[in-house]
Amino acid sequence: MEYIVLLFSEIYKILYVLIPVLVSVAMIVWLDRRIWAFVQKRRGPNVVGPFGLFQTLADALKYIFKEIIIPASSNKIIFILAPIVTMTLALIAWAVIPFSEDYVLADINVGILYIFAISSLGVYGIIMGGWASNSKYPFLGSIRSAAQMVSYEVSIGVIIINVLLCVGSLNLKDIVLAQEKIWFVIPLFPMFVIFFISSLAETNRPPFDLPEAEAELVAGYQTEYSGMMYAMFWLGEYANILLMCALGSILFLGGWLAPMDIPLFDIVPPPVWLILKILFLFVLFALIKAIVPRYRYDQLMRLGWKVFLPFSLIWVVLTSGYLLYFDLLPVY
Amino acid sequence: MNIIRIFKTVFLIDFLTGLLIAIKESFKPKKTINYPFEKGKISPRYRGEHALRRYPNGEERCIACKLCEAVCPAQAITIESTAREDGSRKTTRYDIDMLKCIYCGLCEESCPVDAIVQGPNFEFATHTREELYYNKEKLLENGDRWENVLAANIKADNPYR
Repeated sequence: MEYIVLLFSEIYKILYVLIPVLVSVAMIVWLDRRIWAFVQKRRGPNVVGPFGLFQTLADALKYIFKEIIIPASSNKIIFILAPIVTMTLALIAWAVIPFSEDYVLADINVGILYIFAISSLGVYGIIMGGWASNSKYPFLGSIRSAAQMVSYEVSIGVIIINVLLCVGSLNLKDIVLAQEKIWFVIPLFPMFVIFFISSLAETNRPPFDLPEAEAELVAGYQTEYSGMMYAMFWLGEYANILLMCALGSILFLGGWLAPMDIPLFDIVPPPVWLILKILFLFVLFALIKAIVPRYRYDQLMRLGWKVFLPFSLIWVVLTSGYLLYFDLLPVY
Repeated sequence: MNIIRIFKTVFLIDFLTGLLIAIKESFKPKKTINYPFEKGKISPRYRGEHALRRYPNGEERCIACKLCEAVCPAQAITIESTAREDGSRKTTRYDIDMLKCIYCGLCEESCPVDAIVQGPNFEFATHTREELYYNKEKLLENGDRWENVLAANIKADNPYR
């Protein structure tokens, strides 16, 4: 009896996080298309629901009723598994994201390591999809994607070390609480910029959307997918984008903390601040999608390995040297 | 020169300029129309959905001369005719296969009595193929529905015919 109660309370807590995330993914897709349209002086989706807000729901409904085509020469098990893996990995990382001081699903002390591990696994969904399709475009797309995500993960890892040096803990809650005096975006501003650009590459967004470069690879690893499986890839992709935005706002923009400690800002509940910061970062994501051309592949690799990695490594040395010299190292 | 370029690259100057332009542009008036609720202007000569017109007294204009059937490059028109009791020649069948039709407007041009015309309507998509095999009733109904617009369009285009 005790276990059943525990189980249901856990499921309740999971749904409490999962449903808002899924709904906001739908909203974010709408926002993305809308901003893209506005920059190009178009109108974007504006018919379904108020301001076209339900457009994504209508799209999802359409995908559900579409036929799922499985290519005859594909590896069927892996082909079906790939979108499931992508979406699951994008969603389970939300378990450790703290929305406020006590609103977090799993308050584990290696939160950032967990997110890092999960987002590294995200490559598998894409590789599986590309390989199991048994077709040249998905294969090329997934190879590109794997190389890209692995190389930018490295620089993200080094950037995170910068933040961890200032905090002294891997717990995401501690990371946010360490920013009560000053957000890390101010002392670590160059790292924030590099983190932002790396997260664009990590989530396969323009200008780094080489895996699905429609001019040369049709749709990359999604080429052979249709119906609900395609929608799941899509959902996973946007959940990942949202996750990177959340990570960026937790690591650098002070998570749920208000920008200033003035009475008016105290009325606003903490999760709203986090949501506003995520939205801010996402709007930047969407604007960048609208303004930049796609990188060439060698440029992408050069940027990752020859610019971002050395620069963030040097910054690690600078940060640790500064902290050591002024005796500011956090003690835990 | 080179130093300026390095400075620009490191501080993402070009990129930030682009971002500012993007934000500025997104508040400008839209270049596209809000389609299903707001439609673009259509020329009086526009070749849309077909219609068979009537005279003001309700008599069909078509005299079954079959010029349109003969001229149709896609052979989409099928006409059968008989003489009526009063001696006038009228169609018993006037079918247009809207799926064969290439909307060239030759039928309209060949018609000596302005009976078959192509109206301004282009939103006649259907769920099945069968609904696009138009017969005489459907065409006459179209003519009745669009008569005001059709007459106005013919009048507007008259100086150029």
